[in-house]
Amino acid sequence: MSALSVKHLLGIKGLTTEDIELIFTTADEFKQIINRPMKKVPSLRDVTIANAFFENSTRTRLSFELAEKRLSADVINFSSSGSSVSKGETLLDTVNNLIAMKVDMIVMRHQHPGAAYFLSEHVDATIINAGDGTHEHPTQALLDAYSMREKHGSLKGLKVAIIGDILHSRVALSNIFCLNKLGAEVMVCGPATLIPRHIDSLGVKVEYSVEKALAWCDVANVLRIQMERQQGGYFPSLREYNISYGVTMERLNKVSTPITIMHPGPINRGVEIDSDVADSEHSIILDQVQNGVATRMAVLYLLASGTEA
Amino acid sequence: MSAPIVLLSGAKFEVTIDRLCYQLIENHKNFENTALVGLQPRGIYLAKALHDRLLKFLNKDKILYGQLDATFHRDDFKSHKGPLIPSSQSLTFQMEGRNIILVDDVLFTGRTIRAGMDALLDYGRPEKIELLVLVDRRYNRQLPIEPNYTGISVDTRASQKVKVNWEETDGVNSVKLMSIDKI
Repeated sequence: MSALSVKHLLGIKGLTTEDIELIFTTADEFKQIINRPMKKVPSLRDVTIANAFFENSTRTRLSFELAEKRLSADVINFSSSGSSVSKGETLLDTVNNLIAMKVDMIVMRHQHPGAAYFLSEHVDATIINAGDGTHEHPTQALLDAYSMREKHGSLKGLKVAIIGDILHSRVALSNIFCLNKLGAEVMVCGPATLIPRHIDSLGVKVEYSVEKALAWCDVANVLRIQMERQQGGYFPSLREYNISYGVTMERLNKVSTPITIMHPGPINRGVEIDSDVADSEHSIILDQVQNGVATRMAVLYLLASGTEA
Repeated sequence: MSAPIVLLSGAKFEVTIDRLCYQLIENHKNFENTALVGLQPRGIYLAKALHDRLLKFLNKDKILYGQLDATFHRDDFKSHKGPLIPSSQSLTFQMEGRNIILVDDVLFTGRTIRAGMDALLDYGRPEKIELLVLVDRRYNRQLPIEPNYTGISVDTRASQKVKVNWEETDGVNSVKLMSIDKI
């Protein structure tokens, strides 16, 4: 069996379809392991991993940390608040200090697009991108696609609508790359102000009516309205967003076949998605969280193995 | 590579599997509290063959049987060329208090069996673990591990390779010894 074609996970764009399939089949085994009484395997017991989060995160950081611990790696956590970053230390200096302490892998979230790529060019450690600005969030796309594969069997021909703030979303971009590679049909939907110009050049359909998007799709991946990135006046108010673009039970009831509902979290209940939809039987939001640990274990395992060869 | 030497095939192969079954019956009676666990990737065929014959010999319709993968417990994770790709496992019964027969096709250095035992113990605490192998390559052990049941014992050099072929995957049941010639 082959190895991954990459040494770092910087984005989905650099992966081959075979890479993604290998990650999924490996994740299948890890999913079984995390569901048994003894949830841990010793594979990464001599590997040290630093989780360097220069931007806030709960789910992704916890998910990575759990994945690392389930693989028996040594884990150190770093967040920029309360660190020397606020004293003016550069990214490269901060990371080189981590590496001087003999860290093998770095899981990094950073507010600047391309930060993970920059690091992979300049330091001697395996880099995993846990979100770089509005660029990519590869493990989120992998766990999303893995969850769709689990629910629908195959992604070939599956119709996926990504609904919400596409403009600021690294999740959307990674999802588009990943779903395209796996043969799904992708549509993005949201207010025109939150849809980047020329996004159709990535091979996706663009729709401005949420009703039409829901009528078309098999899976709706609803994205968070990023409160911290809404200073530009993209829409009048959260209430109006919910009225025009919220995924509500009323809208779903108008669709003939049930749609699988996904959300990468954190959810703004009553804004982009209503509570009864998020908690409905067709929602796989919590499965996504569980699959996040399994797919991240697979990524860490595959990138860490055979490193001395 | 020179032509392989056939160590076991045809009727002798079948008799060997039958003999292993009878040895198991001798120690485990009607398999009330015993399970067969095949070690992935190649031990599962032997475990399946034993399982099917034991059902016939004991005239039973069920003997506990599982597949175990030791990939995540191997000790060559970093030194191995390329990633170690896991195989599927399925162990659907409780380990506690049970006798487990760990089954693999070839015993060589003992490292796979060590990993297999560790992987097995992650599922619980069996009463007893025994080891059954079809081929025991003596004098190559790197760990103090010996089989309880052996199909055939062979003396080999480390540069040689022993391959067990199965009807399901290779079209014929046989054990072959291959020499990798060195200059």
